[in-house]
Amino acid sequence: MTINRRAFLRGTAALGTAAAAAAALAACGSDDDSGDNPTVSANDVDAALAAGGTLTVWAWETTLKQVVTAFQAKYPKVTVNLVNAGTGDKQYTALQNAISAGSGVPDLAQIEYYALPQFALGKSLVDLSGFGANSLDGTFTPGPWASVKSGGVTYGLPMDSGPMALFYNKEVFDKHGIAVPATWDEYVAAAKKLHAADPKAYITSDTGDAGFTTSMIWQAGGKPFQVDGTNVKINLADDGSTKFANLWQQLVTDKLVAPISGWSDAWYKGLGDGTIATLVIGAWMPANLESGVAAAKGKWRVAPMPQWTAGGAATAENGGSSLAIPKLGKNNALAYGFMKYATTGEGAQIRVDNGAFPATTEQVNADAFKNKEFPYFGGQKVNEVLAQAASGVVTGWSYLPFQVYANSIFNDTVGKAYVSNTTLADGLKAWQDASVKYGKEQGFTVN
Amino acid sequence: MARYVYVNIAILPAKSEKEGDMAVLAPPAIQRSGPPGRSGAARRRRSWTGWAFVGPFMAVFAFVFLAPIGYAIYLSFFRTKLIGGTSFVGLENYQNVFTDSQFWSSFGRVALFLCVQVPIMLFLALLAALAIDSGRLYGKSFFRVTIFMPYAVPAVVATLMWGFMYGPQFGLIGNINDAFGWSLPNPLGPGWLLASIGNIVTWEFVGYNMLIFYSALQVIPRTLYEAAELDGAGQVRIIRSIKLPAIRGALLIATIFSIIGTFQLFNEPAILKSLAPNVITTYYTPNMYAYSLSFAGQQFNYSAAVAIVMALLTAIVAYAVQLRGLRKERVQ
Amino acid sequence: MTTARARKRSTLLTALTAIMLVYSLVPLVWLFINSTKSQASLFDSFGLWFSGDFSLFSNIRDTLTYDDGVFVRWLLNTLLYVVLGAGGATALATLGGYALAKYDFFGKRAVFAVVIGAVAVPTTALAVPTFLMFSKLGLTNTPWAVIIPSLISPFGLYLMWTFAAEAIPGELIEAARVDGAGELRTFLKVCVPLLAPGIVTVSLFTMVATWNNYFLPLIMLKDPDWYPLTLGLNSWNDQAATSGGQAVFNLVITGSLLTILPLLAAFLLLQRYWQSGLAAGGVKD
Repeated sequence: MTINRRAFLRGTAALGTAAAAAAALAACGSDDDSGDNPTVSANDVDAALAAGGTLTVWAWETTLKQVVTAFQAKYPKVTVNLVNAGTGDKQYTALQNAISAGSGVPDLAQIEYYALPQFALGKSLVDLSGFGANSLDGTFTPGPWASVKSGGVTYGLPMDSGPMALFYNKEVFDKHGIAVPATWDEYVAAAKKLHAADPKAYITSDTGDAGFTTSMIWQAGGKPFQVDGTNVKINLADDGSTKFANLWQQLVTDKLVAPISGWSDAWYKGLGDGTIATLVIGAWMPANLESGVAAAKGKWRVAPMPQWTAGGAATAENGGSSLAIPKLGKNNALAYGFMKYATTGEGAQIRVDNGAFPATTEQVNADAFKNKEFPYFGGQKVNEVLAQAASGVVTGWSYLPFQVYANSIFNDTVGKAYVSNTTLADGLKAWQDASVKYGKEQGFTVN
Repeated sequence: MARYVYVNIAILPAKSEKEGDMAVLAPPAIQRSGPPGRSGAARRRRSWTGWAFVGPFMAVFAFVFLAPIGYAIYLSFFRTKLIGGTSFVGLENYQNVFTDSQFWSSFGRVALFLCVQVPIMLFLALLAALAIDSGRLYGKSFFRVTIFMPYAVPAVVATLMWGFMYGPQFGLIGNINDAFGWSLPNPLGPGWLLASIGNIVTWEFVGYNMLIFYSALQVIPRTLYEAAELDGAGQVRIIRSIKLPAIRGALLIATIFSIIGTFQLFNEPAILKSLAPNVITTYYTPNMYAYSLSFAGQQFNYSAAVAIVMALLTAIVAYAVQLRGLRKERVQ
Repeated sequence: MTTARARKRSTLLTALTAIMLVYSLVPLVWLFINSTKSQASLFDSFGLWFSGDFSLFSNIRDTLTYDDGVFVRWLLNTLLYVVLGAGGATALATLGGYALAKYDFFGKRAVFAVVIGAVAVPTTALAVPTFLMFSKLGLTNTPWAVIIPSLISPFGLYLMWTFAAEAIPGELIEAARVDGAGELRTFLKVCVPLLAPGIVTVSLFTMVATWNNYFLPLIMLKDPDWYPLTLGLNSWNDQAATSGGQAVFNLVITGSLLTILPLLAAFLLLQRYWQSGLAAGGVKD
């Protein structure tokens, strides 16, 4: 479950993003579009698990380690080779290169929700309908379950999810007598009050982040990306997008957001010393705060995401990832066996116990999960708030089939609003134009 | 045994220049190593024997450089779409490069960098080399090694360190601003970022270039200085009349490698991008642009065309600098 | 040798050059100071001074043992790449440089032109073609994918060329030939000893290049078991940005320090050799 941002690639010479180069280089590599979908029954999967074999899984999600241990104990003939082939974009690059070359492709890969349509469209992934994945309806929370489907076909099983919530530094709020904002208007007011009281403190930090921006538009009810096969509509000036742009513009114009990029050491430092007072971010954040900002133990709390209309309960997904089976993987049935184990039931429980935020309804609704008190959050039952958020995800969202590329140029376009007089609305327009141009070049029918 | 290494780097056979090939870069002239008669004998022996020695290098070189370049050139004549597959487009990709404002803005940026950072870096390196070579420093070898040390630091680590220090909130700049109540400009802001990158590159390579110059200075026979001093020449005059002409070859090769390095600028801006995402665009340098096209945008064909054009531009600039270096030499 | 020694030392010049020295050292000092800090005090203390407990040794211990001691594995990988890659690069450059300096052969003029011309092509754009080629040969995700491209050092070739031209008198080769020695024997017995300082210098340069290699392994390797140090450190750095991933900036910083120390040590220990190699005996007059 990575955070859906480019920013975490700090320190890398490769700001690489997914080279969904499969198509481009398929001619040079092996054939990757066998048209028919395999039909594999549950019995076949069980047989594969009993027969055993070796699976290579590319994932960076840390709790999978414990899952693999338990899985191998249960199915002693299966050996799972868990490889961290890079985080996010870097792993996609490696995966695409392997697919293009037609060799070295893993049996299973972790793919974030926003990147899944791109791989699905490249016909690189196994359609899971043949495995009976559709019978898993209701197993997963609605947001992630919708995210693993592309054009009505299921391409992956949700591993985790990131319904958004408001994380805030209670100590800072108390010190300046600021109430926890329930609406975005209150959030802006809090930002002003805080910064006026302490010029070194900011309501949050932002230097332009595609993942955050799209999630915010999602919550505001925007549907800027409409996809129907190869027909794509991009409208980053729809109601939701405009609502977000107007709101956030106030904060940017008045310099109420700290110009600190996410996941940098400065960011962790700011979260620890009160410089950054809130984060509106996915439900996977608690584990990161606990390990990355240990010094602020007891100061942070979680509240529902601020609303556009008072009394609402709308949220959006931020980050989160799935497991998917590349077509060139060797043992698809065995891969599905592990995938199902890791994402549901026992495996999901192991991952929750180790700090992951589940995408399964069973785990999200479990009393033990909801009632768990977090010492880091002053004993707050954090999961209650987060589980609530999971049920409020606005439906109908979709990402572009070339979202990885679009996100990579987000800061070229929208980013201008953070360092010049360009407005966010203009920036979004420029982002739209660049994305439309790219989509057309790639043979999509756009707008 | 007097072995002059850099002294004669630029003393090249005149004919190579007439031929106008890149071989004018050829470092040492063969005939320097023996009496004229002998070297004539060597020439008569022109044969394939030399290939037995240079062959292994060239074989690996062909495998890891020439073959991929050939492949890239091949790719540059095609276009592949996510929807619609691959088609032959001839020179169309190249035509697009020439009207691509993003490419030219990236080229302009590294050209500016080349005009400002490279002279500063080489000048500082030269000053340090002259100072250490002068024999007037206390602790000369300490200076020599310490100034060279940054070269051993991986670009990844170097950029992380500087990135931290640049931080306007918590970095050294932030600390200084807090302590003195100043408001130093943000090194990661739009106005200063290129200079900040220049600083990192200078830090990494000034010692490396210093060492090249210093080595060239070391092989100048000391007796020349003594003779000049007897003639009443001051230090400045010795530097201008003896030292600088003697190391022109080293200056030339350092400049050419710096040009190539500058046009390929990638690691530093790519790593800093996470700290200044809005200033460092995906087309901040030509190399970043080619990378982004290829890895984020799947536009391998166009990326290959950009790379080939950039290689040609690099070769032209390097060649022009080299010709100029040679012409100066002939004037003297 | 040595009018230089008789020359007067200058405090002013020393002070001016010291500015450069400080410039070179400050980031390294920062690295050292911060490697003495724990993850917590890293974030709440002044960057250029010590703070909190002196955690250098616990940081080093953690770095070496974190994730089942994978850092040590990366270190050994890096050593493997350096020994085979930089060693091979030095050997190829020595052979090639010697040939360019001492033989006249067909196509000689083209060699360096082609090498320089090829070096001017942005490597990032060649990454994908190279990857596809290597992949077809089954070389990706093996040490060979890192080692083979490391075998080429254009600057090393250039240095050996210039060095061999001066270090080996033509008469010596002629004499050896007259004595009936074969070309290879002449090279190994007569020339290599003379080239020794140059070989040390080139091997140091190629060692730095291989040790610091980042981009190529990034493209070629997927299995962290084959990572070199640079790639491994970066994966630790990225880890802070994955959920459930521990932020280990202190280990990244200490690991960076441990990464550059062997190189610095090599430079200091071999100083005598590489300086004479670069200076090519000029001082020995």
